[in-house]
Amino acid sequence: MKLSLRIASFSAPIIALAISFGLSSLILLFIGKDPIETFQIMFEYGIKGKSIVSIINRSIPLYISAIAVAVGFKMGLFNIGVEGQYLVGSIVAAFIGSQFSIITPLHILFIILIAVACSAMWAAIAGYLKVKKGIHEVISTIMLNYIGTGLISYSLTNVFDEKGSEYELPRTPELPDTGQMPALNNLFGLEDLQDLHGFLFVAIIVGIFYYWLVWKTTLGFDLRITGSNPIAAKFSGINPNRLIVVAMVTSGGFAGLVGLGPLLGYFHRFTIDFPTGLGFAGIAVALLGRNHPFGMGVGALLFAFLERSSQILDLNDVPKEIERMLQAFILLIVVVFYEVIRRFIVKQQIKDASKKVET
Amino acid sequence: MTQNIFRSIFRRYIVITPILLVLIVAQMEEYSQLTTSGTFGAAIRLAIPIMLAGLGGLYSEKTGVVNIGLEGMMIMGTWFGAWGGFTFGAWQGVFIGMLGGALFGLIHAIATVSFQVDHIVSGVAINILAAGVARFLNVIAFEDIAFASSTASPRITGDIGKLTVPYLAGGNINGEETSNFFGYIEDLNIFLVSDFAGLVLGFLSNISHLTIFALAIVPLSVLVLWNTPIGLQMRSVGEYPTGSESLGVNVYLMKYIGVTISGALSGLAGAYLVIAGTGIYLEGQTGGRGFIGLASMLFGNYKPFGILMGSGLFGFADALQLRSPKAVHGLLVIIAIFLFVLALKTLFEKKYIPSLISLVLSSGFLIWFLNSESIPNQFVYFTPHITTLIVLSFSNQRIKLPEKIGVPYKKGELS
Amino acid sequence: MNLAINTKNISKSYPGVLANSNVSVQIKKSSIHAIVGENGAGKSTLMKILYGMTKPDQGEIEVFDQPANMSSPKEAINLGIGMVHQHFMLAKNLTVLENIILGIDKPSIKNLGLKKYKKLIEEVMSTYSLDIDLDMFVEDLSVGEKQRVEIIKVLFRGAKILILDEPTAVLVPQEVNELFKNLNNLKQNGVTIIFISHKLDEVLEIADDISVMRTGELIDSVKNENVSKTELAEMMIGKSLPTPPPRSTETKQNKILDIKSITSESVDGRKFFTDVSFSVFESEILGIAGVEGNGQKEVVESIIGIQNIESGEIFFNGENINNKTTRQRLESGISFIPEDRQLQAMIMDMNLTNNVIIGRQNIEKYKSNLATVKIKNAIKESENVISLFDVKTPNTNTLATALSGGNQQKFVVGRELEDNPSLLIASQPTRGIDIGAQSLIWEKLRQSRDNGLAVLLISADLEELIGLSDRIIVFYQGSTVKELSSDDVSPEDLGGYMTGLKK
Repeated sequence: MKLSLRIASFSAPIIALAISFGLSSLILLFIGKDPIETFQIMFEYGIKGKSIVSIINRSIPLYISAIAVAVGFKMGLFNIGVEGQYLVGSIVAAFIGSQFSIITPLHILFIILIAVACSAMWAAIAGYLKVKKGIHEVISTIMLNYIGTGLISYSLTNVFDEKGSEYELPRTPELPDTGQMPALNNLFGLEDLQDLHGFLFVAIIVGIFYYWLVWKTTLGFDLRITGSNPIAAKFSGINPNRLIVVAMVTSGGFAGLVGLGPLLGYFHRFTIDFPTGLGFAGIAVALLGRNHPFGMGVGALLFAFLERSSQILDLNDVPKEIERMLQAFILLIVVVFYEVIRRFIVKQQIKDASKKVET
Repeated sequence: MTQNIFRSIFRRYIVITPILLVLIVAQMEEYSQLTTSGTFGAAIRLAIPIMLAGLGGLYSEKTGVVNIGLEGMMIMGTWFGAWGGFTFGAWQGVFIGMLGGALFGLIHAIATVSFQVDHIVSGVAINILAAGVARFLNVIAFEDIAFASSTASPRITGDIGKLTVPYLAGGNINGEETSNFFGYIEDLNIFLVSDFAGLVLGFLSNISHLTIFALAIVPLSVLVLWNTPIGLQMRSVGEYPTGSESLGVNVYLMKYIGVTISGALSGLAGAYLVIAGTGIYLEGQTGGRGFIGLASMLFGNYKPFGILMGSGLFGFADALQLRSPKAVHGLLVIIAIFLFVLALKTLFEKKYIPSLISLVLSSGFLIWFLNSESIPNQFVYFTPHITTLIVLSFSNQRIKLPEKIGVPYKKGELS
Repeated sequence: MNLAINTKNISKSYPGVLANSNVSVQIKKSSIHAIVGENGAGKSTLMKILYGMTKPDQGEIEVFDQPANMSSPKEAINLGIGMVHQHFMLAKNLTVLENIILGIDKPSIKNLGLKKYKKLIEEVMSTYSLDIDLDMFVEDLSVGEKQRVEIIKVLFRGAKILILDEPTAVLVPQEVNELFKNLNNLKQNGVTIIFISHKLDEVLEIADDISVMRTGELIDSVKNENVSKTELAEMMIGKSLPTPPPRSTETKQNKILDIKSITSESVDGRKFFTDVSFSVFESEILGIAGVEGNGQKEVVESIIGIQNIESGEIFFNGENINNKTTRQRLESGISFIPEDRQLQAMIMDMNLTNNVIIGRQNIEKYKSNLATVKIKNAIKESENVISLFDVKTPNTNTLATALSGGNQQKFVVGRELEDNPSLLIASQPTRGIDIGAQSLIWEKLRQSRDNGLAVLLISADLEELIGLSDRIIVFYQGSTVKELSSDDVSPEDLGGYMTGLKK
């Protein structure tokens, strides 16, 4: 691709950001707040050392969740169920991981494997329903989210609850020390700040693995051509049903990792406060980052930044929910502009091709 | 010949067996809640939002635009309905809720029709946007008002009004109570007859005016979509927009109208939840009903009365979980028998493995039924969602989709 | 003079192409006027201008002696110009009646008036002796019937001038006769017909006047009586039309593909095809003739394993491949050129390097031991195909969508032939492409056949089918009804078997 077209393709998120901030400013003005001051406060708070660690910690599960969603998106499969999948994986892994103790690397690896397996199996149900029963994955994964939530709240009280605990609310037993992921603060000389989750490394590896899987392997090639043209993919010998299940399971497998950042690095157990909503946020990040490992990284950091920095707003008498609006605007506008820019680039290529053929 | 009869019975088993089973189980004292007028009344109240969302889906998809954003538009309906209901009164709330939904329908139309964004991507974005907007609006609109929080609105003012038909259901005439014909029959407890009377009574007694308004949209939709020029044009752009454009149909306009109506109906669905239901806006109140509406549209094979039937089914499942967890327990035995019938059917078709699986599941449900008194309420909570999956799994797979559903259309691409 | 349409020096250019250059054509009232020319000669552009779909850069148009300045089909319709597109503009899930009245009324909320319209349409149908069941769904109509619906549709809108774009391309000879009968009826009733085609025989049969276009210019307008086929052909391309090259080797006795009484039905029990048997030999082109929807498409798809078969066996190189997956079949030496290159053969938003891998993702050439794609080999191979098959493209990094139809098709054919397959299934290999690409593909198919390739050719172009094939089998209602040697068969014969008139 020509350099000018590459630059054009970067312009969509920047335009979307600008418009979204513009719209949010209008809303702030409307409710009688000063937008420039508001954003300034957010920015200043967001770049404090403490905030930066928090932002990175938040962006880890967001990023992995986006990758889980993106695996499906790449083949035109909409896994809206990352939400339910990671919660199911997290609770089972949290419980089983708390029942024994072996040396740390093995213990953590084991917890990871359980979470990945459980989430992948939960996702496989949607794959099965699509292949065998023709139920669109958007509907089935949404329904499975609700079913998963019900099952989790049941099993948290009745199956996985810590026995003999004095704590009033249900929660799983705490992971033994060997099952807790060490923080990275020593590595970066951040001893005076809160823990920087060790799962950051896993997230980076997941990003690289995702890139290799989708852009370098034959499986990834199959995913991509099925996403672009499912009929041609079928004629090229791909078994679409098999691929749907494979993609769904892979996506669910990635989803299994989403909850582990918070679980291994901070909560060390599954409680009713365990973070939810990461699956839906992941969809937004995947759309913003256009399923690209780097783009999604930036997207995850951006959303984490907005979330963190908005926390200060309530103290300044601005509703912090403006941040939700801002995120939603960015998302909606960016998908529109990606489409506009994509069309523009294709048009340019056609023009170039016909020009060169003539000469 | 006999084989044919068997076949035609088996083909309808998905509809026949559950109805039959519900009727039989309902005869037991313990599970009599299954078919009382109260349950049916609740089923109707719960079915209406799903039906409206389903009809919303119909208007959008008939014009070729997939609308996953129904849920988000419904969220808008709940909030704007509550805000309008609180500020101006019940009917005004209904209207404002519809406007809120329509606005989001319009946004979906702009993205998918004018900018040709992938319909599902746009729908997903709409859902996320709606959740954010509703939260934000709730915070700023009810900042200093008592009984409101960041996730709940204050109670609406005014009342939408209810109707009980006189003579048949014991409604009042000039302030005097009249006889209650169907109520009398229901109390007789005659097999089938009383159950049916319960169903009719559910429709005639204590029925919100908003319910009547919503039900009227079903036949109205048939008329509009199939018997008017605008309806024909709307359906045609979902089938073959290029052809429609060549005949001077304004394809974009039709899609805009379809998707905006879709939003308005979803908004109405949301407003209904608030105004005929809770009386306040609650975050997360829609609970996936927009998606269940989509499911009812598929179940109803893109026909308004089919959608009514489908949503009735989902509403019934929902009603049971609300009114009587006990009755849901009765459902276990129904599922067990149903799976057993399925096992027989697959055995008859010589599909041994599915048959075995059905048999095992069937025994599982039976054992569960026998060894428990009730279903844990966490399970009751997802009854409608699991019903959705089960119903879609067994319902007709030969749905006649609009031909160009989900395909972006660019104006002026006449070949 | 009594003119229906009179254009004066119409010119229209697109980026890089002068599509119409100073075209002046006079079309008489109540006549059939043919416009002939090869693909890309400017026929479609002229037609779009006459129907208001695009505006000319310069020049004037008169319709019934009145200056006309149309900027939309709607205005053209108001002036009495109607158009029957090559791809029917019909919604298949709507009824015939609904399709005909669509767009006549403003989009309003009032009664659609189906009964009223039904009566009016029946009047029109009886005036022009056209017949169709108005309550059928379009989906259930034959191709000829759909075309009739299109004609009724424009007549009902009051069209006095009818533009027909390649109307015979989708019809079998018998349906063509029916169409010509109808067209002559219309002419008797005062309708002017503009008949766009590149089939000279048909044009000479039906037209009163013939205009020939080449590279955007109107070469000449002549009266039918004053011109011969050869003269027309020369005007059209400056030389005679290409014909499939002759074969130079004999068919060998070695069975490459052997199909033994295969049967397939859909989920709801409808039969796709029943008890079909045939073989393809080494160095043979076996043609399959059949009207669309008679099972031939499903048979072909069952050979590559996309369509399931209920009974029967498929042998490839002597081995039963019933239980092999599509991927295994493709990799064992079956190549496939599907009928719709954009939908079935290529990924339009990927570049040519990626597109050369399609269908061969798992062979050693493109897949490393680490399960990664060997992109370097793909680049080499795509460059190879581009040079051998004369694909006109800036480079291998160009998106498939940026290529013209002919170049896309040459790329697909090249990709499928470059892999030394032992069987090639070619479905409509030259549909809708320019003459240059067509003759190159014919030549390459012939060459490969002479070198030992077994080819199964499905084509709606009966001339192509007869010219290229060694033998032809005819499909009718899901069965093979006739086997013929291509040496002594005419398109009319074939058409008879294809429609079940001959047995």
